[in-house]
Amino acid sequence: MRITVTVDGTKYTDEVEPRTLLVHHLREKLGKVGTVVGCDTSNCGACTVHLDGHSVKSCSVLAVQADGCEVTTIEGLARDGQLHPVQKAFHDNHALQCGFCTPGMIMQSIDLLADNPDPDEQAVREGLEGNLCRCTGYQNIVRAVRDAAQNMSPGAGPEAERISENKHVGVGGD
Amino acid sequence: MTATIEPEVGKSRRRKEDERLITGRTRWTDNLALPGMLHMAVLRSPFAHAKIVSIDTSAAKGAAGVVAVFTAKDLDPDSSIGMPCAWPITPDMKAPRRPVLAADQVNFAGEGVAVVVARTSAEAHDALEEIDVEYDELPVILDMEAAIADGAPLVHEDQGSNTSAVWKFDSAEAGTGGNVEEAISSAEVVVKRRFRQQRLVPAFMEPRACVVDPTGTQLTMWSATQVPHILRVMSALTLGIPEHKLRVIAPDVGGGFGGKIGVLPEEMMSLLVAQKLGKPVKWNETRSETMLAAHHGRDQIQDITISATRDGQVTGLKVELLANLGAYNGLVGTGVPILGAFMFNAIYKFPAYHFACTNVYTTTTLTDAYRGAGRPEATFAIERIMDELAVELGVDPLELREKNWIKHEEFPFTTVCGLTYDSGNYEAATAKAKQLFDYDGLRAEQEKRRASGDKVQLGIGISTFTEMCGLAPSRVLGSLDYGAGGWEHAAIRMLPTGKVEVITGASAHGQGHETAWSQIVADQLGVAFEDVEIIHGDTQSSHKGMDTYGSRSLVVGGIAVVKAAEKVVAKAKPIAAHLLECAEDDLEFANGKFTVKGTDTSTGIADIALAVFAAHNLPDGVEPSLDSDATFDPENFSYPHGTHLCAAEVDTETGRIKLRSYVCVDDVGVAVNPLIVEGQVHGGLAQGIAQALFEGTEHDESGTLTTGTFADYLLPSAADLPSFTTDRTETPSTTNPLGAKGVGEAGTIASTPAVVNAVIDAVRHFGVNDIEMPLTPMRVWHAMQHGTTDAGGPGRGEAGGGLGSIDASGGAQ
Repeated sequence: MRITVTVDGTKYTDEVEPRTLLVHHLREKLGKVGTVVGCDTSNCGACTVHLDGHSVKSCSVLAVQADGCEVTTIEGLARDGQLHPVQKAFHDNHALQCGFCTPGMIMQSIDLLADNPDPDEQAVREGLEGNLCRCTGYQNIVRAVRDAAQNMSPGAGPEAERISENKHVGVGGD
Repeated sequence: MTATIEPEVGKSRRRKEDERLITGRTRWTDNLALPGMLHMAVLRSPFAHAKIVSIDTSAAKGAAGVVAVFTAKDLDPDSSIGMPCAWPITPDMKAPRRPVLAADQVNFAGEGVAVVVARTSAEAHDALEEIDVEYDELPVILDMEAAIADGAPLVHEDQGSNTSAVWKFDSAEAGTGGNVEEAISSAEVVVKRRFRQQRLVPAFMEPRACVVDPTGTQLTMWSATQVPHILRVMSALTLGIPEHKLRVIAPDVGGGFGGKIGVLPEEMMSLLVAQKLGKPVKWNETRSETMLAAHHGRDQIQDITISATRDGQVTGLKVELLANLGAYNGLVGTGVPILGAFMFNAIYKFPAYHFACTNVYTTTTLTDAYRGAGRPEATFAIERIMDELAVELGVDPLELREKNWIKHEEFPFTTVCGLTYDSGNYEAATAKAKQLFDYDGLRAEQEKRRASGDKVQLGIGISTFTEMCGLAPSRVLGSLDYGAGGWEHAAIRMLPTGKVEVITGASAHGQGHETAWSQIVADQLGVAFEDVEIIHGDTQSSHKGMDTYGSRSLVVGGIAVVKAAEKVVAKAKPIAAHLLECAEDDLEFANGKFTVKGTDTSTGIADIALAVFAAHNLPDGVEPSLDSDATFDPENFSYPHGTHLCAAEVDTETGRIKLRSYVCVDDVGVAVNPLIVEGQVHGGLAQGIAQALFEGTEHDESGTLTTGTFADYLLPSAADLPSFTTDRTETPSTTNPLGAKGVGEAGTIASTPAVVNAVIDAVRHFGVNDIEMPLTPMRVWHAMQHGTTDAGGPGRGEAGGGLGSIDASGGAQ
């Protein structure tokens, strides 16, 4: 089937097998390998992307279902060399170790903050329930999400994209 | 050029590694797409034990996209020695050959039987279903005790027994302590327990993968491995590939926890297939395959006997283990219990000790190293039985520990195992932890809840631990019959512009080597943190190494970096003296500068690097090079320690557990990067708590793994865990110049017993003195109903059959 998907601002039209999952389309056809596959049961959340502004596990969406949609992946978050505040917060708070779950964790965190711009610890923990991390024990991820909330403009969300310019910051030193 | 004045070591530097990881610009093995690359998939046995009668691959060969199908007879040459085991623990250890692909018989569910190579991964997996294998089932052997009973069916008929090896240590025989039988028979108090270490899945988030490219002048293999250097030499030995014709690259690796320490049959298959086809081949497993075929961890039955005087002085410790190897010897799985053997006496002064471990074959997936490897198992047993002894003696469990531990002024201390602990201050860590935890306040609350019969009871769990880190002194490994050394290599190249390349043999998979090593080099050479680049994980650029496991990277590999930096400074010194026209003895080196003593005349190391590059004006006979190589082999392990305190609330009506607080004070010696240390502790705690409360594999009676996906195997999420209060004391190691001790395993080792002790403390008044892990609500509830040590009963959910009833001999004698 022929589908057209806009990924990180670029429009791609391709032939796909009906059974192709969105994550495989992104990785194998479009070369968007920043999004990764961690399980085959939709439990780990490593493949989380935004589909029309909301987080989805891209292993549980068929590529054909994304026809005509906009997809944002981890590779589309940083703008003009400036990190998204959630990316920056993950770095600042040492919220990653091996980094394999990190793309999905960041994408899910952004969606969580769209729903709740100022979540308490419990809300963050519950909001990230579908994303597994084996390295961090989650504590610094929770800290990062709450830190990001403080650095984002009110109501900013997956619309990550909507972050005000002056809050969009790069990886700094210490 | 900025010379750093403020020391980098000790700073909570945010990580250099992060930028590519948070932006998706990573180099996971599965990201590789080489021109003409084919995809390999493995057909796995559905049976735990069966003869292979026939394999028909004809339909698969004709399937869409299929390039080739191989079975053992095509692929596994007679010259292959089979998969390697690097640790023959006894001279008579059985060594059944583990083939690359099963030829005549499968010995665990998930063992590879055939491989398909196709244009796409999907086509390769489709074609697996077209392969017709006829099996003749053999008896399934899951239970270790049944496996070693007389007349038991055998996993490997030709080995004559399911006992692989029996390894013993006895302090009387070794001359390091007294006779344990005498200690026990003459003791005022003896407590015996049987503990079970359930089987766990390491569950690194990135599934295993490898890509082999045979199209260059050498074979190049990328693998999601912890051990690229070991993998290269083992691949060469296993398949007869000339070592210099094989390059192994571990690119970004998504976690390991010991689970990526093995040398994999799939890696050997990929090498063989790629060579046969002359094209690049990728293998990337599904999570379900990982759960089935990547090695598991733990899986021991521990019979522990402790003896003591009535006033609480421990007098003897006897440990008898059964360790489940699974179907074959793993790369180092045979030796995992032996690493534990030296840690059962933990931080205590035992006058007599006896250890014996029987390694057992069963028709299950192999076991091998998993975070802590032997030491978590040992720490669990000793910390659990110290609690049971405290109950028997009627003393506070913390007081019992204090009475028996090695005092700060007694270090260095040689234990009953013959190891010399370098340094420690258990008093300081414990005092800090007690204060952060509000130990006395929580004990008072516990009393109140107990007295009022509150529906929610409170328990306090203690775990004071040490571990041997920095694997390992080569001579010690030699004395334990391990097949390799424990050294690590580093090299430093000063570039003409004054920037620095550091090559380390310790290949990282999330530990932050690039950051920590940069901090070390910045201090040693007086260059800026940003001016240091760390190169690792490629046998061509980092040509020597022993890789990353056993909390060895910093305390072995990091010290090799220090040694290499010292050599660079030593090489630079005569050049500096020449340039400054002074005697070498008149120079001092600090903050990246050689200064003539008592003057402000100086030259920076960057200037010397440029002078070396130009080579116009060097002292006679000096080689124009500011490079160095160093190999460090420690003389001793390092011994981090800590005190972990857990408060658990148990709902007595449902068995539900809530961790109310978790406080730990770890002493990892000097922390090069406290931020990284804290992160390692958090992650370790999560894994140890998960063993206590959530994780465990289960098989049905046919040997099928019923916890074969993340839907069935309960890896905790953020919602399942609390926040932890972590802090540190800092007692420098005396065995290395950084004073560092290692931290990777600490949290995992200490937390499992802390949590289980807390839960049992909460429900002990129901007559409970043990519950089998994981402590599911059902098991806790069941234990409360029966007021017994029988911790069997249903596991998680309705389908959970548990691991069977454990035969705890229970209680004091």
